[in-house]
Amino acid sequence: MLLIPCPWCGPRSEHEFGFGGEPAVRPQSSASDTEWADYLYMRTNPKGRNTELWCHSAGCGQWFVMERDTVTHAIHTTREMGA
Amino acid sequence: MRYSGWQLLKQGLRGNAGWQPAWRTPVLQRSYDAIVVGGGGHGLAAAYYLARVHGLKRVAVLERGWIGGGNTGRNTTIVRSNYFFAESAAMYDFALRLYEGLSRELNYNIMLSQRGVLNLAHTEHDMELMTRSVNAMLLNGIDVELLDAKQVRDEVPLLNFSPSARFPIHGGFVQRRGGVARHDAVAWAYARGASDLGVDIIQNCDVTGWLREGSRIVGVETSLGRISAGVCAMSVAGHSGVMAEMAGFRLPITSYALQAMVSEPLKPILDTVVMSTATGMYVSQSDKGELVFGAGLDLYPSYAQRGNLPTGQAIVAAMLELFPAFRRLKMLRQWAGIVDVCWDYSPVIGPAPVEGLYLNCGWGTGGFKATPVGGWLLAHLMATGQHHALSAPFDLGRFTSGMLVDEAAGAGIAH
Ligand SMILES: Cc1cc2nc3c(=O)[nH]c(=O)nc-3n(C[C@H](O)[C@H](O)[C@H](O)COP(=O)(O)OP(=O)(O)OC[C@H]3O[C@@H](n4cnc5c(N)ncnc54)[C@H](O)[C@@H]3O)c2cc1C
Ligand SMILES: [Zn+2]
Repeated sequence: MLLIPCPWCGPRSEHEFGFGGEPAVRPQSSASDTEWADYLYMRTNPKGRNTELWCHSAGCGQWFVMERDTVTHAIHTTREMGA
Repeated sequence: MRYSGWQLLKQGLRGNAGWQPAWRTPVLQRSYDAIVVGGGGHGLAAAYYLARVHGLKRVAVLERGWIGGGNTGRNTTIVRSNYFFAESAAMYDFALRLYEGLSRELNYNIMLSQRGVLNLAHTEHDMELMTRSVNAMLLNGIDVELLDAKQVRDEVPLLNFSPSARFPIHGGFVQRRGGVARHDAVAWAYARGASDLGVDIIQNCDVTGWLREGSRIVGVETSLGRISAGVCAMSVAGHSGVMAEMAGFRLPITSYALQAMVSEPLKPILDTVVMSTATGMYVSQSDKGELVFGAGLDLYPSYAQRGNLPTGQAIVAAMLELFPAFRRLKMLRQWAGIVDVCWDYSPVIGPAPVEGLYLNCGWGTGGFKATPVGGWLLAHLMATGQHHALSAPFDLGRFTSGMLVDEAAGAGIAH
């Protein structure tokens, strides 16, 4: 069970959170099909340290960034979006 | 050594001292015509068909641990072909037909038990969608039957038919050719068949990189040294992203933990496979008597073969809701495998964006049933350089063209 430190609410049980994917920058509308496919579908899916978006969906409702290890499930940091 | 009743008797009388290892422990060569990375069911099947169908002589399967120790040895062994889209139905039914002949072809009892797979509908809306799915499946030539609540009750009286049930049963549908098979036996049978045809199965061989000549992949870097190959393929399930990164590209795949459990053994109590999409839960009874059950994914990326507690609790809760009679059972084991989930819940089979490498991945939560066809199609690609008609729709290019085969929305059932 993960104990996730929400940047706004402090440590809360993983029940309250939703994983929201790897951060990515939306391409310009003029981007090629390959660039769109890369943005929409391709993932790095790393084994080990990962930067992820999460949402405290059953809590304050805020999105935030989490550095987490996908092997040990250790949570290194959480921070506000853009911080 | 051919297995038979006669052999069993003969070896039994000799104190079982005469059995041979089912596959050779070969001396690793420095060069092969074809290398398959990953000794799960899919990789072993690919090697077997490379040798048997395409006549390749120098083939190796490289497995970092022991064969079948990944998802092949961790799944809940359900086989079926009741998919929504024609492309999927054709492919999964080809697999089911290969399964039907596999014990005989490989002279190895894979314990295929076509006891039927029954999916439940819990609301009027479920029932309407299910009717649509069943019609699509019938048009795809898949033998499914829609059942009303009374028919479901006749087939599985143990289910919770109480009027106060949280998930009341409105009906369901069944594929009678579906069922279960022994997962380890499938891996071992392909390994034995491949080994007899000269395939080298190398265990404890971790592939750590790709060898290149210009832009082309020409072999692998491993914990046992460099090995060159005419053609390479990866069939590494949850580790597909890791292998792709070594080759410099990304995949439309995320790795998640999928868990399952077994109860203590019981006398025969459940003679079919029951699945419930609304709760995600599914259960069957093994030949040893254990109830084998599971449900959805742990919903964040993971390479830890454990499974988290909240999902585990949800699985147990769903099972007890549907089968109140199981309430007093003790749990025997819980485990997880790392599954390679694609956005549309369909696999990726085809050439990699890098020359000399082929992909067989993205089977996610439901690739055991596809083991024979994954191997068949990968072997075809490696031997001919061309797609088989069955694998063409599952090319990586569908994520650029937009031609997804969206079984997550279509069939709506995983595993
Ligand atoms: C709990 C659970 C229940 C499931 N239930 C079902 C079900 O009921 N029905 C169904 O159809 N499917 C089911 N599945 C899915 C199914 O198990 C998989 O889709 C299928 O077994 C994948 O087979 P594979 O051969 O591709 O992968 P695996 O069996 O995982 O084999 C991949 C192999 O690659 C090896 N490998 C990885 N990296 C390297 C490397 N660098 N070098 C060398 N080797 C490497 C691994 O060690 C592993 O042995 C389930 C999965 C799980 C986890
Ligand atoms: Zn919060």
